[in-house]
Formats: sequence, C-alpha cells, structure tokens
Amino acid sequence: MDGQTLLPVAVVSTSFLAAIGIFLLREHRHRLRGIFNLTAALVKLALVVWMQFGVLAGIPYEFRFPLVQGVHFILRADALGIMFSGLSSVLWLFTTIYAIGYLEDSPNRSRFFGFFSLCVTSTVGIALAGNLFTFFLFYELLTLSTYPLVVHRGTEKALRAGRVYLIYTLCGGAVLLLGVAGLHGLVGDIEFAKATVLPSLAPEYSPLLIVLFMLLIAGLGVKAALLPVHGWLPIAMVAPAPVSALLHAVAVVKAGAFGIVRVVHDVYGVEFAWRLGVLEPLGWLAGATILYGSVRALSQNDLKRRLAFSTVSQVSYVVLGLCLFSPVALAGGLVHLVHQGLMKITLFFCAGNYAETLGVHHVDELDGTGRRMPATSIAFSIGAFGMIGVPPLAGFVTKWYLGIGALEAGAGWVIVVLVASSILNAAYFLPILHRIWFRPQVSPWPEEQFLSHRDTHPWLLLPPLITAGFCIAAAVFAGLTFSPLHWAEVVVTRGGLP
Amino acid sequence: MNPLPWLVVLPLMTALVIFLLPTRWRAPGSLLAAVFLSLISIYTLVEVIRLGILVHALAGYAAPLGIRLRADGFTAVMAVLTALVTMFCAVQAAAYLRGKPEEEGFWPLLWFMWAALNSIWLSTDLFNLYVGVELLGLTAVGLVALSGNAQSLAAAMRYLLAALLGSLSYLIGVALIYGELGSLALSDLALHGIGLPTVLIALVMMTFGLVLKTALFPLHGWLPPAHGGALTPVSALLSALVIKASLYILMRLWMTLDVAVLPVYLAWILGLMGSGAVLWGGWMALRQNRLKHLVAYSTVAQVGYLFLFFPLVTGTAATAAVLAWDATMLMLISHALAKAGMFLAAGNLVFAIGSPRIADLAGVCRFRPFSLLSFGVAGVSLAGLPPSGGFNAKWLLLQSTLASGQWVWLPVLFIGGLLSAAYVIKVLGHSFIEGPLRDHFRTPPLTQEFSAFILASASLVLGFVSQVPLTWLRIGGPFAGGG
Repeated sequence: MDGQTLLPVAVVSTSFLAAIGIFLLREHRHRLRGIFNLTAALVKLALVVWMQFGVLAGIPYEFRFPLVQGVHFILRADALGIMFSGLSSVLWLFTTIYAIGYLEDSPNRSRFFGFFSLCVTSTVGIALAGNLFTFFLFYELLTLSTYPLVVHRGTEKALRAGRVYLIYTLCGGAVLLLGVAGLHGLVGDIEFAKATVLPSLAPEYSPLLIVLFMLLIAGLGVKAALLPVHGWLPIAMVAPAPVSALLHAVAVVKAGAFGIVRVVHDVYGVEFAWRLGVLEPLGWLAGATILYGSVRALSQNDLKRRLAFSTVSQVSYVVLGLCLFSPVALAGGLVHLVHQGLMKITLFFCAGNYAETLGVHHVDELDGTGRRMPATSIAFSIGAFGMIGVPPLAGFVTKWYLGIGALEAGAGWVIVVLVASSILNAAYFLPILHRIWFRPQVSPWPEEQFLSHRDTHPWLLLPPLITAGFCIAAAVFAGLTFSPLHWAEVVVTRGGLP
Repeated sequence: MNPLPWLVVLPLMTALVIFLLPTRWRAPGSLLAAVFLSLISIYTLVEVIRLGILVHALAGYAAPLGIRLRADGFTAVMAVLTALVTMFCAVQAAAYLRGKPEEEGFWPLLWFMWAALNSIWLSTDLFNLYVGVELLGLTAVGLVALSGNAQSLAAAMRYLLAALLGSLSYLIGVALIYGELGSLALSDLALHGIGLPTVLIALVMMTFGLVLKTALFPLHGWLPPAHGGALTPVSALLSALVIKASLYILMRLWMTLDVAVLPVYLAWILGLMGSGAVLWGGWMALRQNRLKHLVAYSTVAQVGYLFLFFPLVTGTAATAAVLAWDATMLMLISHALAKAGMFLAAGNLVFAIGSPRIADLAGVCRFRPFSLLSFGVAGVSLAGLPPSGGFNAKWLLLQSTLASGQWVWLPVLFIGGLLSAAYVIKVLGHSFIEGPLRDHFRTPPLTQEFSAFILASASLVLGFVSQVPLTWLRIGGPFAGGG
C-alpha cells in the first residue's frame, strides 16, 4: 500500500469520515460540526488537486480488491474522473459554507450535514469508480443518501417529493443493474478504460449489445433527467436550497450524465457506439430534451421550478456533445459537465438567497430585488447570461464547441437546436433579469428577514459570488492548463477518437 | 482439543445451570457463557480453515452406532453466525427484559435453542437432524409463548402445530429411508439412494416438512403472527437463525445427493414457491400497519430468495451452480445479520414511541435518530441495495440466473427488490414527518441501540468483505474446487 494506491481511497473517505463524525456529534455542537465539515472539504479539495498533478504527469492511481466472484472494487483516477471529482470537491466546499449559513437555527442539522457528506462521498466515488460495478455501488448510495436531504423539511409535500424521487431513481437503478449485470454476464468485469472489449465481440452480439445499451441509458437517464423520465426533478425542488443546488449542479443529475459519458466513452467506445447506430437516436433524444426543458421553463412562475426545467434542458447538452461523433463536440459536452455545474449552482444559491432573505419564491415577486440585494443579483445575472451563452462566460464555450463540433460532424439539426435553445434560454432568463434590475419594487417583500444591511448574510453571499467568478474564469482562462476545457481536451485526446 | 462436542455440550450444560440460578443471575451468567461459546465457535472456524473438515465421534463409537459430528466450512460459518447473532440478541435481551416476568423463562430456552442449532449444524445423519429440529421447534414455540398474552399464545399454538406437522412429515421420510437403505447417514444416502422410488417419496416428505418449518410461501401463515408478536430479541433470533436451520438441512440433503439426478421439477416447484414468497411477502409487508409485522413479512419474502438456490443448482452448468451457492450463502448470512438488526431496531423504535403502529413513528427521526439509522441500514441490505452483503448476494444471484439461462427469476428479483425498498421507505417516510408532533419519546438503553446497530452495520460491512466468508464456506463443500 503506497500513496498511489491509497490516494483515491483517501479522497473518497474524507467526506465519509466527516459524515460519521457528524452523525456522532450532538445536535447542538454547531461550531464543531462546521469546523469538521469545512476541514474535511478543504482536505478533500487539496487531495484532489494533488491527484490532478499526478494524473497529468501520467501517474496511475489505482486501488482495487476482489469483492465477490469475478468482480473487483476499483477506485481509479483517470482524466475524466479527476474532472468530475474536482468539480464535486470544489462545489462541496462552497455548498457547505452556504448550507451552514442557510440552515442557521433550523432543526435536524446533524442529520442534514451527515447525509450531505455521504452524498459527496458517493459523488466522488462515482467519479473515481474504475468499473461499472463500483460505479453502480456509489450510484445507488447516492440515491440513498439524497433521500433524507430531499425530505429534510418533513412536510407532506417534501415526503411526497421524496417518494416520487425514490420511485424514479430506484426503478432507474434496477434497470441499470439489469444492464450492468447483462454486460457482466457477457464479458465479465467491465473496467473503464479505452473501450476494446465490446468492439471486439463478434457481430452477432450486436443486437444484444444494443439492448443492453438501451437498458444502461434508460437507467442512467432517470438521474440525468432525459425526456420521458425527467418528472422527479421539478418535484424534488421542495428540498432546501443548498440541496437543490448540489443535486442539480454535481450530485444526482450530473451522476446520471457522467454515467452516460462513462458508458458511451469508456465501455462501448464512441466509435463502436456510433457503428452500432445507438448514438444518433440518443442525440435526438438529447436534442428533444433540450428544447422541451426550455419550453417548460418558460411558463414556470416558481423560480426554483424554472431553474429545474432549465437543468433538464442543460444537462442534455452533455449527452448531445457525446452523440455527435466529433472530438470537438465531445470536448464541448464534457466541459459542460463542469460549466453547467458552476452556473447552475450559482443560480440556485441566488434563488435561495432571495427566498431566505426576502421570502421571494416566485418570478413575479422579484421586482426591484436588484436594488435591495445587488451582489446576489449580480451573481444571478452572471449565471443567467452564462446559461444563455453570452461570451465571455462558461456557457458560451460549451455552445461554441458544440456548434463547431456539429458542423464538423455535418449534423445541421444540432445548430438549429442550439440556436432555438439559446433563444429560449434568453426568453426565460431575460424577463427575470428585467424584473430584478429594471422594475421598481411594487409590494412589500413577502417575508423579509433582516440578515444584513446590504444584501444578505455573508455566508450566503460569498459562495454565489465565488462560483459566479468561476463562471467567468472558466471561459476567460479556458486556454490554460487546469481549466475545465483543458481537462475535457485531455480526456478526448487520451480517449483516442479519430 | 476437538471443539466440536463442546459446541453442543456447553450450551446444554449452560441451559441446565441457568435453570438452577436465581432469576437475577440468569442474564449475567448467560452473557458470560455466551462469550465462551462464541470463542469456541470462532476456534472451530479457525481450525476448519487450518485443517479442513473436522470429524468427531461422540464417546468413541463409530458411524452406524455412535453419533458422529462433522464440521466443514458451511458448519463452521453457521456456528459463528449463530454465535454472533445470539450474542448481540442476548446483550439486547439483558437490557430489554430486565425486571420483566419473561426474563425467567427466556434464558434457559435461549440456551436450549443454541444447543439445538449447533447440533443441527454438526449432525451427519438424518435422525440426529430430526432430534435437533424437534428440540429447536419446541424451544422456539416456548420462546414465542413467553409473552403470555392471548395473541402470542394463539400464535405459539399455530407455530406448534406447524412445527409438529413439519417434524412428522420429516420423520416419515426418515423412516422410509431407514426401511429402504438400513442407514441414516447422509453419506450412505448419497451412495445408494439414487433412483429408488421410496427414496424419492421420502425426499418429498422431508422436503415438505422442512419447507413448512422454513415458512416458505404458501406455507408461511404461521410465521408473521409468531415472529411479529414475540418479544423483540425472540423475533430477531427466530427470523435470523431458527428458520435457517430447516433450510440448512434441506440444502445439506440436496447437496449430498448428486444434484444431477434429483428431480428437476421438484427444484422448480421450490423455486416457484420461493418466487411466490418474494412477491407475496413483499406485498404483504408493504400493507402492514404494525412495525414488527412488517418486518416479519419481510422475512417471508427474504426466505423466498434462498429457495431460488434449488432450481439454479439442479441440472445447470457448473458456473451457474457455483454462483448460486455463493449467492445463497451470502444472502443467508446477510439476511441473518440484517434481519436480526432490523428486528432489534424495530423493537427499540416500538419502545421509544410506545406503540406498535407505523403511523405513530412521526418525529422519531428527529428524537431517536440512532434507532432509525439501524433500521435503515438493515433495510438497505434487505432491499439488496449497495453497498451491502444483500446487494452482493443479489448480484451473484443475478449472474447465476443469467448463466443458467433461467430468465424467469429476473422479474422476481427486480420486483422483489423494489417491493422491499418500498416497505423500508414506508417506515422511513413516516419517521421523517415533522409538524405538530409530540416531543416525548422513551429512550432505549444504549446497549439495546448498539446491539441493533452492530448487527445491522455488519450486514453492510459484509458488502465489502463478501469474499472472505465465501472462501471459508467452500471448505469441504460441494463446490470446493469451484471458481
């Protein structure tokens, strides 16, 4: 056991140990819990950064042991995994800060932060999982650890949302398990590496492989909120703001999208999947989801619900990029894993700030909030412009790469989808911005808490400002090493696409 | 020193000694003896790992006359599992029963039960197995009847009838075999019993009796009232261990006979009954409104998974059979741990809310999170969700199903898993309710809570170390060379 073996384990277990520690603390030890939580988040971030250097230098970090007959438990750091675990550890840090501020004086904080840490453990586990089995392990653990967060408020509505959430995700998990088990029965343990095993199978297995692909995507599509199975996402909005933020930005939705990337890129291989003819329909589905989510977002008055439908739409960009069979589009899709996370978490933080500070939950109550909460509103605007795809913001980079990739691959319809979706994004975000900045306040705030003279509580304000900063930085410094785009390109080049 | 006789003699002696002690000494005395017996069980396992199969002829008489004890990997693991589960149930019971009138009867019965279980794990001939089964059935009925109220007496009565009918049927089978072969040793049965119609009839009779005692659907009717209505540590022991004993004998029988010549249709009938158990038990568990009855129906469902073993090993390819063996062993262990943990946790929750009803759990998550956590952790394993022993078992079962081409079990596995998730969530959902609620809950003693938690989390930890017990279980087993 040396550093190379233990580092991936350490990265996963920092938050796990934090969770255990938090569960053991008594409810009222708030300060100690906060210290615990933040220390763990910082340690995890430091470890991930350390591993990033190692991975770029080509050091293989791998931990494995046999679990049962023919199956290994594998944690391994590759470029894609590092990208995703980097995103989760950065956002865990800021969401923790935010949640400490947000949940001040509310009950059940021990439970909340404990499961929150477990949730991050599973996300990082998903990122570093070295084979489909380990991936599935953490994928289901994620479902289990998010349930207490979704029902956190304990109201009738929250419990109903939790039930819907579990029905969707557990059924999705069962379908996924069938796919994973089927592949395993066919070729044995499936490690995430340059996909060589499945393409080398005899052609008569192709129909079976197509069926298994469909099972895997159907299972993963539930969490990624692909079109027919996206229904849980808007309902799960009853969760507290930090939970929604994390769910949408890195945890659940992204786990689904990341899983699809793993299946297409590392299990089937983009080229083989293309030859099987499964990528094109998946691309259409992604395109349809993009447009559908945006159209539904237009008519939502509840701010968080509008953001939720926007997530439905945005996550499919990742899938779309994957399906175009072009390296540039692939990079665009992969980088959107990170970019969407940064932008969406900013927006949810801000929505939480409006709700917590002023009691504003609906779009039509937002009039004049820009004057009352300027800093929050600036962060929100950056996130919104990023989603629309205005340069120089993160969303622009994604759309640019996707567009170029689509042209390269000769898929003209994608350009139409991109343009239509951007127009729709503008159509549901710009009215919000107009209300925030240009309309005077008409009625008193629904439920104002005096948290600060200007804007809101610093613990609530700092995280969105920083993540908004990241949205800009990710685009402006896209050319530098360690930018999300750089990582996406590393993944693409190491993956060996034509 | 050969530890095998002590595995049976020590609990019998303890039972007698405990019987003579005054009531207040029974719990501490039992705990002390339980530590010894646990150590002997672990020592047995160590010896089996070191030396392979252990054999001991009681009083020096050889096979046809004397009683022969034999321990392979399966035996040793079962003995250790029994020790582990009983130990923590005893710790829980010491706190749970303190000052209750049931305390007096519980401890001697517990020791007789342990003796019966160990004798079943060690026996090598059909008649000794019968004696073990009979003793086990009577002590189990006695334990159920301990609560003494009308409901539990009625439940115990039903249990007694089922147990006696089961033993009788088994005994008829044993008599038929003795008449035909003139021997009761399992090994002789394997050599000479093939193809004889009487042996087949005997096999069917024995299988029926054992299946009835294992509460396989649709013969499960006696189980929910007995397990649901008993004292909490008793429920845990019955669900975790007692029903496994008859299954153990059935598996021994099945594995001793050459699996290739057993009637395949009989195996399929068992598999279909198992599927029915998974679906019906899960559905009924979901519909219960009393917590412990929900857990009891969950046992009915979980037992069903174990019976998929029979079609999967009978007449199938070696790879599928090995996978099915591993899967069933792992399922058996993780169910024993998780179900014992879940029953103890359920008992703690019932104690905390002072009501057996699920609807009264509202708010328990905030005020008694630890008990609920144990329940949830056990639920994860029972529902076959990762990471847990239950999940790995289900994975292996899935692989075995695929490898054998018996696709019919796939929907059973999936619907069963979702149903069990649903009834666990039902309990959790009620516990998460916040609102205008009472904030007064009784506090269970910490030893009670920890016993539940340790057993429940052991089933989770098993998810990471599954290969270890599976390797032990292969020692001297039918799949020794497999994998």
